Amino acid sequence: MSQRRVVVTGLGATTPLGGDVDSTWKALLAGQSGVRLLTDDWREMLPVHFAARVATEPADQMERIEMRRLDRSEQFALIASREAWKDAGSPDELDKERLGVVIASGIGGVITLMDQFNILNEKGARSVSPHTVPMLMPNGPAANVGLEFQAKAGVHTPVSACASGAEAIGYAFEMIKNNRADVVISGGVEAACHQLPMAAFAAMKALSTRNDDPARASRPYDRDRDGFVLGEGGGIVVLEEYEHAKARGAKIYCEISGQGLTSDGYHIAAPDPEGSGVQRAIKFALANAGLSAKDIVHLNAHATSTPAGDVAEANALRKALGSDADHVAVSATKSMTGHLLGGAGAIESVFLVKALQDRLAPPTINIENLDPAVTVDVVRDKPRALPAGDIAALNDSFGFGGHNVVLVFNSL
Amino acid sequence: MALAQADVLAGLKEIVEEVAGIPAASIELDKNFTEDLEVDSLSMVEVVVACEERFGVKIPDEKVTDLVTVGDAVDFIVNASK
Repeated sequence: MSQRRVVVTGLGATTPLGGDVDSTWKALLAGQSGVRLLTDDWREMLPVHFAARVATEPADQMERIEMRRLDRSEQFALIASREAWKDAGSPDELDKERLGVVIASGIGGVITLMDQFNILNEKGARSVSPHTVPMLMPNGPAANVGLEFQAKAGVHTPVSACASGAEAIGYAFEMIKNNRADVVISGGVEAACHQLPMAAFAAMKALSTRNDDPARASRPYDRDRDGFVLGEGGGIVVLEEYEHAKARGAKIYCEISGQGLTSDGYHIAAPDPEGSGVQRAIKFALANAGLSAKDIVHLNAHATSTPAGDVAEANALRKALGSDADHVAVSATKSMTGHLLGGAGAIESVFLVKALQDRLAPPTINIENLDPAVTVDVVRDKPRALPAGDIAALNDSFGFGGHNVVLVFNSL
Repeated sequence: MALAQADVLAGLKEIVEEVAGIPAASIELDKNFTEDLEVDSLSMVEVVVACEERFGVKIPDEKVTDLVTVGDAVDFIVNASK
């Protein structure tokens, strides 16, 4: 069998910047922040009073009766998948035994879990919703999308904290490469803007506490960054075998040509300051794609705005790419979207695909004083044009637990 | 005092509409929950618990399978309220 190639034929998203890909991408290029003060009473219990909630509530995008048996993360998955499927040309005639779904969530249905725990305590066991388990299970978003589109090649949910969304896309890539499927709906979602996960991340000192200026709190690579900003939403990419896409006349955005996966074996939450796991993931991804560092013109960084993480990542990039890092335009889009945890690698892959399509690297906002320890070329404040011709770009994502995922996309 | 059949039917219509999204106008005594109204087993649990709260009756789990039609449920609730 000849080598199967994998392309992107559909995109979908619901994010703190917009209810779909177009509105999100426009806001991203304009350097807008999706971070706002929370309006919930419970914010006063927390040291952090802000987050990046989705710009468009699911209630504006789906029917009440459908919503009430779906966790918010599952609502995001369906909304973004419907957009992506339509964008792919709604290939409903496809053999469903060749259609897969890989959608991740870092935490699962935590809002459902907490709501039902409160009902149990207040009203008793008989009042706990019979929909609780399908709503809180982390594979719920993938399973609901699989049901919607009748996917029968396999429905999967890799879980690796904040690397989950990227790992899902990588898994989907392998499903097509290995001839298990011709089309896979893949990505990641998260809905954890709730007092418990926020209190828990705050307890780790992982969140920014810049309560007096929320829109400027997420500031990757800035000297005075003080933690990440929790975001919610999700991103979906439809991956498809190249010949299959050509045969049906699908619009093809770009190719996904490789992935690299490693683990640190260093600490449960802290990044390895040497970044050797990240370096290896980059090298494996390039080798897997049959490309070299000189082909890479853009990288959507993980860069969450934590003091330790951003520099460790930048150092690893510099070491892995060497002098070729000089021509890589690095964008830290969490400066605008906040950190979508299990959705992060997925929306950032959507951004990478759009960047290759429009030949524009999105900006990084809120850098007032670039941290001198950051030795990569950061795209600041305004988008930057990417070169013409054949180009390739990377999306890297890391998760608590020491998970490293690097995806390679290239123009076709 | 026993509940009136008409009041129970009206209340049940609201519950089924809330839980399963079936328009109240299409819910009649002879309708079958699963075949006509597409109330699945999980939603039926919600309907039963909501009926217990609303009408102040107990509907034991072993009786739920006997409630095939809307009329079965209305009759059970009216009798249980006596």
